[in-house]
Amino acid sequence: MNVLTSNFDTYAKGFLGTVELTVYSSALALLLGFVMASFRVAPVGSLRAFGTVWVAVLRNTPLTLLFFAVLLGLPRFGLVLPFQVFAVLALGCYTSAFICEALRSGINTVPKGQGEAARSLGMTFAQTLTLVVLPQAFRSVIPPVGSTLIALAKNSAIAGAFSVTELLGTYKTLSELGYNIVWTFIWIAVGYLIITLTISALFNLMERHWGVVR
Amino acid sequence: MTVALPTADSGSPHHAPRESNALYDIPGPRTRHRHRIYGLISTAVLLALIGWILYLLFDTGQFTATKWTPFEYKGIQELLLRGLGNTLKAFGIAAVLSLVLGALLATGRLSDHAPVRWLSTLIVEFFRAMPVLVMIFFIFVALKVQPLPALVAGLTLYNGSVLAEVFRSGVNAVERGQGEAAFALGMRKTQVMSYVLVPQAARAMLPAIISQLVVALKDTSLGYLITYEEFLHAGKLIASNLDYDLPFIPVVMVISPIYIGMCMLLSWFAHWVARRQRRNPRTEAVDIAPPEPGTLLPGGNPPAAPRG
Repeated sequence: MNVLTSNFDTYAKGFLGTVELTVYSSALALLLGFVMASFRVAPVGSLRAFGTVWVAVLRNTPLTLLFFAVLLGLPRFGLVLPFQVFAVLALGCYTSAFICEALRSGINTVPKGQGEAARSLGMTFAQTLTLVVLPQAFRSVIPPVGSTLIALAKNSAIAGAFSVTELLGTYKTLSELGYNIVWTFIWIAVGYLIITLTISALFNLMERHWGVVR
Repeated sequence: MTVALPTADSGSPHHAPRESNALYDIPGPRTRHRHRIYGLISTAVLLALIGWILYLLFDTGQFTATKWTPFEYKGIQELLLRGLGNTLKAFGIAAVLSLVLGALLATGRLSDHAPVRWLSTLIVEFFRAMPVLVMIFFIFVALKVQPLPALVAGLTLYNGSVLAEVFRSGVNAVERGQGEAAFALGMRKTQVMSYVLVPQAARAMLPAIISQLVVALKDTSLGYLITYEEFLHAGKLIASNLDYDLPFIPVVMVISPIYIGMCMLLSWFAHWVARRQRRNPRTEAVDIAPPEPGTLLPGGNPPAAPRG
């Protein structure tokens, strides 16, 4: 117990680091995922191809390899940014592939007739999309997006091993100070649980509000 | 940047993609024409992007001979091969052990004895909710285990727990009448499971199991972080060698396609099995959702979305 109380600052810093990483990466992943999903359902062949390649490659890339390439590789490429920005970039791009697939399958759950009905009422493409298709897609997409973001929060642990300030990385500081390593890890685990449970509770709430009744 | 000439892929956006039928009508001649123009523009932009990246690579001297000579040496090739072998070794052991642990935990969760059920539920939920890396580090740092066993143990605990859920949902997805009929014939629970439910569930579960193995294969690269001498570790050794002018980017360019290729092959195999199963009338009734990361929150189990 005293591992936590006497090192509250270290833990809090790590915890906030993980939260920040998760929030920024989630924002990037949602944005990129949305762009890629719209590419993948676009009527333009080359955009569809780009979206497909993006998803296929990133989904099959080990995250450690991506971190390795981005955090250690890009600087030699002439691109120098803070490690945390690189980590957000890697995590966001990686997760965007999963978000894209979730959104795409969400759009596909909307029955064809909905779009046809909208068009036969004389709605424009923008109206069909924003008033009819997307609201329905959004509702069925809440749970898979939620579990993808939970996965993101857990994956952010890898950033710690690449010397980005985050929760898992705190073990190093504390073990150098000679604290009980088992308790150190127990409190790290608790920290992660708090984060994943919060995301999960948030998405459960959202689902209760807007989810599809099946 | 000069506008690129149209290539084969920009010339055929004749109809909207098959899946998203709610979004588009079948385009008429004018829309097709417009789509072709969009196609040209986006192809040009994408080619410009690729060109810019290539320019950056050349500009920073990534294709100079000194950066690529190391790959001609036998020692370097052997180092990489050994790394690849170690990656596959960790993957193989972790895959087998995960399947065994998954089967055990699933049996526990389906047990008629409440304490067994509770215990396995607790284990499954806890290990699904933890980041794999935290477990691997815990085993490596706190329990002072060697890198390979630590990596394998971490992967086994995580993937075994996820697979347990796959197995359980597979058995539960078999039509209820099947189990009832078997009980009505006087079979005992073990017999019902092993003769009736599991064989039917196994076929349907196969794609989800293989998808989870892709996750395990990807996660073997975490071994790099605990100094297990796997593929990425071998790459790092070469990349940070001053004698070879620190060939970091070349190493990434050699290692990534191999890593991604292996995972893609396995993913593609899962996909292929799933497609074959869908055509098979015997497994049509049972459909297993892909596993998802756990959160320890009861009742809030959303479907789909794999973890990486």
